Amino acid sequence: MTPGLWELVLKGIWVTLQLLFLGSLVAGAVSFVVGVARTSRRWIVRFLAGLYTEVFRGTSALIMIFWVYFVLPLAFGWQLVPLWAGTLALGLTYGAYGSEIVRGALNAVDPAQREGGIALSFTPWQRMRLILLPQAVPEMIPSFCNLLVELLKGTALVSIMGMGDLAFSGNLVRLALQESAEIYAYILLIYFVIAFVITRLMRVLERRLKAGLGRAPEGRVLAREPRRAGASGVGAASGGAS
Amino acid sequence: MTWDWSAVGDFMPLFLDGLLVTLKALALGSLISFALGLVWALLMRAPTRWVRWPVGAVTEFVRNTPLLVQLFFLFYVLPEWNITFSALTTGVVAIGLHYSTYTMQVYRAGIEGVPAGQWEAATALNLPLRRTWTAVILPQAIRRVVPALGNYVISMLKDTPMLMAITVLEMLGEARLYSQEHFQFTEPLTVIGVAFILISYPASLLLRALERRLVR
Repeated sequence: MTPGLWELVLKGIWVTLQLLFLGSLVAGAVSFVVGVARTSRRWIVRFLAGLYTEVFRGTSALIMIFWVYFVLPLAFGWQLVPLWAGTLALGLTYGAYGSEIVRGALNAVDPAQREGGIALSFTPWQRMRLILLPQAVPEMIPSFCNLLVELLKGTALVSIMGMGDLAFSGNLVRLALQESAEIYAYILLIYFVIAFVITRLMRVLERRLKAGLGRAPEGRVLAREPRRAGASGVGAASGGAS
Repeated sequence: MTWDWSAVGDFMPLFLDGLLVTLKALALGSLISFALGLVWALLMRAPTRWVRWPVGAVTEFVRNTPLLVQLFFLFYVLPEWNITFSALTTGVVAIGLHYSTYTMQVYRAGIEGVPAGQWEAATALNLPLRRTWTAVILPQAIRRVVPALGNYVISMLKDTPMLMAITVLEMLGEARLYSQEHFQFTEPLTVIGVAFILISYPASLLLRALERRLVR
């Protein structure tokens, strides 16, 4: 490939990364708001949050993208810049999946922790902020990592609307070269590398967050620790139970 | 916002055509992914890492790259290699291949979930390996994984609109065609969105019920 075509691919990578970043911000915000709302005591809040999740999970991301691009401008009279339309569609769709992760992790926190908060007469918001979320968030990381990779793969969908992301620039280069195998192999490889970096970063994040709670992440690190055969003192202390 | 019911009526025949194509793609894609996923899962238990390593690497790669680009890859590259399928076949193969890397993990978890005692009993009865798998391990493993496989069928359903990008006229393809001809976007896009919810939500309820019965 000529340098000019590589430049096109680089631009595509940049657009894809922007979409990934902005989309994950929106999806993250939606996940937490809706996920927390699904644990609310008021049935109407739970119902609305549940409805949101089912609607956005029930339809396809691509249909949402079409909807945001074509129906929103006609229906409400505002046309979004392509980047923001893509961000909105992806963020709302993947946020619906994320809200399930948040809800699951919140439900997985030991009920005694919640009761402890009630016994200390914390307000519900204090319980959420000081007790439940700090314990639930590290548990969410592996699932959010998967979701982030799904979001990355979802960003390719905006190319159908003609937005110049990585998949789109791949198509342009294909047309320029009249040669498909090579360019698509490159494009797939680039997506894979981005996904790989995401997984690694999330693993580091998980380790940090769990260390903050005095827990070891699943698998590798635990296996390296000496066996805790009944002995209480030394082994437990090395686990960092501060 | 204007909602035109006559457009909904106009769109209906096209919608039904698209629904049929979507369901066809879904059924075939599911079959491929179920079969291929089992093959991957069994290969991942091969005694030599010269089999495990390539299978693991390839499936990891396929799982972490966008289905849309894989669709483009197959759709544009295969003809260059003088392999020609119809667009629908290409799409079904791509979806099946993509999701087989997910079902593989489901099967793996199912196989690992079979209690070790079952393996030991098979050894004690001196069952040959093939019979151990077909008569003891797989029947138990597959029973457990049915709900999880069902979840991927729903995911596949929600990925079928991508086939539009390679000229397959499934639901979204028909909706786009209609909206471009009549310049009415709201109705067809909303109709197919609702259709997706109407299929996927009851399906997920059904799976939840199935899960309660099968996995205990």
